[in-house]
Amino acid sequence: MTPEVLTLSETPWLFTGVMLVKIIVAFVATLLIVAYATYAERKIIGRMQSRMGPNMTGPKGLLQPIADGLKLFFKEDIIPSQAHWFAFILAPMMILAPAFISISVIPFGGDLQFTYDGTLYAVPMQITDLNIGVLFIVAMAGLGVYGIVLAGLASNSKYALLGGIRSTAQMISYELAVGLSIVAIFMLSETLSLRGIVAAQQQPLWGLESVSFIPNWYIFCQPLAFVLFVIGSMAEINRTPFDLPEAETELVSGFCTEYSAMKYALFFMAEYANMITVSAIASTLFLGGWGGPFYGWINFLIKVFAFMFFFIWIRATFPRLRYDQLMFLGWKIMLPLALVNIVITGIAILLW
Amino acid sequence: MAANTETMTINMGPQHPSTHGVLQLILELDGEIVVKATPHIGFLHRGIEKLSEHRTYHQIIPLTDRLDYLAPMSNNLGYVLAVEKLLGITDEIPERVQRIRVIMTELTRLKSHLVWLACHALDIGAMTVFLYCFRERECITDIYEKVSGARMTSNYFRVGGLADDLPDGLEGDIRAFAESIPEHIEEYEGLLTGNRIWQKRTIGVGEISAEAAIDIGITGPSLRASGVDWDLRRDNPYSGYEDYDFDVPVRTGCDTFDRYRVRLDEMLQSARIILQALDKLKPGPILADCPKVVLPPKQDVVNNIESLIHHFKIVTEGFKTEPGEIYQGVEAPKGELGFYLIADGSAYPFRMKIRPPSFVNLQGLPQMVEGKLLADVIAVIGTLDIVLGEIDR
Repeated sequence: MTPEVLTLSETPWLFTGVMLVKIIVAFVATLLIVAYATYAERKIIGRMQSRMGPNMTGPKGLLQPIADGLKLFFKEDIIPSQAHWFAFILAPMMILAPAFISISVIPFGGDLQFTYDGTLYAVPMQITDLNIGVLFIVAMAGLGVYGIVLAGLASNSKYALLGGIRSTAQMISYELAVGLSIVAIFMLSETLSLRGIVAAQQQPLWGLESVSFIPNWYIFCQPLAFVLFVIGSMAEINRTPFDLPEAETELVSGFCTEYSAMKYALFFMAEYANMITVSAIASTLFLGGWGGPFYGWINFLIKVFAFMFFFIWIRATFPRLRYDQLMFLGWKIMLPLALVNIVITGIAILLW
Repeated sequence: MAANTETMTINMGPQHPSTHGVLQLILELDGEIVVKATPHIGFLHRGIEKLSEHRTYHQIIPLTDRLDYLAPMSNNLGYVLAVEKLLGITDEIPERVQRIRVIMTELTRLKSHLVWLACHALDIGAMTVFLYCFRERECITDIYEKVSGARMTSNYFRVGGLADDLPDGLEGDIRAFAESIPEHIEEYEGLLTGNRIWQKRTIGVGEISAEAAIDIGITGPSLRASGVDWDLRRDNPYSGYEDYDFDVPVRTGCDTFDRYRVRLDEMLQSARIILQALDKLKPGPILADCPKVVLPPKQDVVNNIESLIHHFKIVTEGFKTEPGEIYQGVEAPKGELGFYLIADGSAYPFRMKIRPPSFVNLQGLPQMVEGKLLADVIAVIGTLDIVLGEIDR
């Protein structure tokens, strides 16, 4: 018996209910990961730097993120008198919302089947499967820039302004390289739907039956695109070594210098939410999404956590690039490489 | 139509995470490019030179701790050597005192350079090096605590000797620490020297030629990285430095990267000197035999009437010196630290002028950063290794 697909027109109530559950589960899970990503980062970097990390709040410091959140929540919410108050309040929201929205198109598991009222239904473990999923993600990443720019401008502070300018330049230049590196992927998969891209990666490698135990993950046929994507995304989410917009030792705190309390917490959450989003996108595009030896979403989470560990590791290791060096890397190295990669992929597709 | 552009003046410091204390820089920026940099100092002025004019010679020693608070023993050494020279008792300092002074000042050099490397790396964004360096620095502060009771403001050297002998078993600790230094340096180098980003951030940044450096009066590692082979420990030895076999690292890159390499090499040489001094360390007195100026040991004060009298006299009124002027320079971790004393025959110095290496080295900052980027200013402040306690005094 082939399962029915839930639609809004035939079973409106069931459809709405299932959607709400999916949204809440995905949102809460992301929020939890955000909270504990801060804890994990502090613990992992602590271990790498031969110190303890948080260990006093709760068993092994596990309540630390909650304590931090509570503290920030009850702090005085300062709006500088010379700041543009409307943009100042809007900025943190504008940076957090796109970070979370991108999660909605990412498939985190295979179909879930259940029987209701005698009919077998299949529900994809993905909030929504947009047919332009990849473009949607690129668009949302672009929206995130506005938050930072607004924060930098509205604060009416020179350090914040410099941070805002830096991040605008940085995010725009790296988005090109990231976007172009993804182009090679959907040239191969011939679809922009993330669900379709994951399905394409579950074939045996290069269609060869002899090595059927190796899946056709795009990291194997697009290693250059993968490297470009990871480096570019690190720059886009302002992680070390590309953390210039908030370079603590240069710009005090960059675009969030003037922010306090919960508004500052929103920036902080956005940083980690972005990290999760980028890890999830990288896993989906290059590492076969939820495919793998375990049950769907477990594979997916393992890949996401591996990426996040990698980002944290990088932070503990590298110094920060300088502004001109960052631009040089983005425009003169990564962008040409991404273009070359597209040309090579195109030729390869034509020949085989 | 040409765009209407103007520069932005940014006020960096005194409250800023990486101006190494309370340095204020007025930067004129054209975008991210520094057009003009003007250092403003004086936020940490405590009037140490003026205070000294109303203190007896022994009472000034604790003030010198607070000059370069990252290298207190080097300041102590410079001051006590100056007073000993004024009193003419330089030749009467016992050998054990000389050795311990060398061991402690070389440990101080390591301590200062470790803090420098930690902060420099952190400024450029390498967080882990910071904690590795502070881990090793902790060992030195522990040694400080054992010899002097204080972890930072040691106040350990005395005119004519030391406050106390090394406690039992400390020589072994110092030896173990000095032997571990090459291994630790390798660890830092593994994280930084070959790192492409580190090289990009430091090579060719903050260049200053040998001529310009000499004109300004830059001393210490910053001068040696510009190719000038000058080290007071070798070229104008004091405290028996002529007995030790060590190299003076010199490089010719004139940039931040070479200053980094010079300081790392110096740390290795310091460890060498410490090990040699430990080998030559023999039991002996820790105070010169000059009862009129040297505070007697506490045990003597309790048991011996003459010592009690000397102690009382030195503590209540200090000791008087012949009128005269002297200058004594030592190779402190940051460069040449000089004490210029004018004595008028009373128990207080008429004037004490300190030549702080950080103050002079800071003068090179504007010409090192103008025309460079904002991020380079941070790298240059780090590489000059300034301490505001010493600049403002």
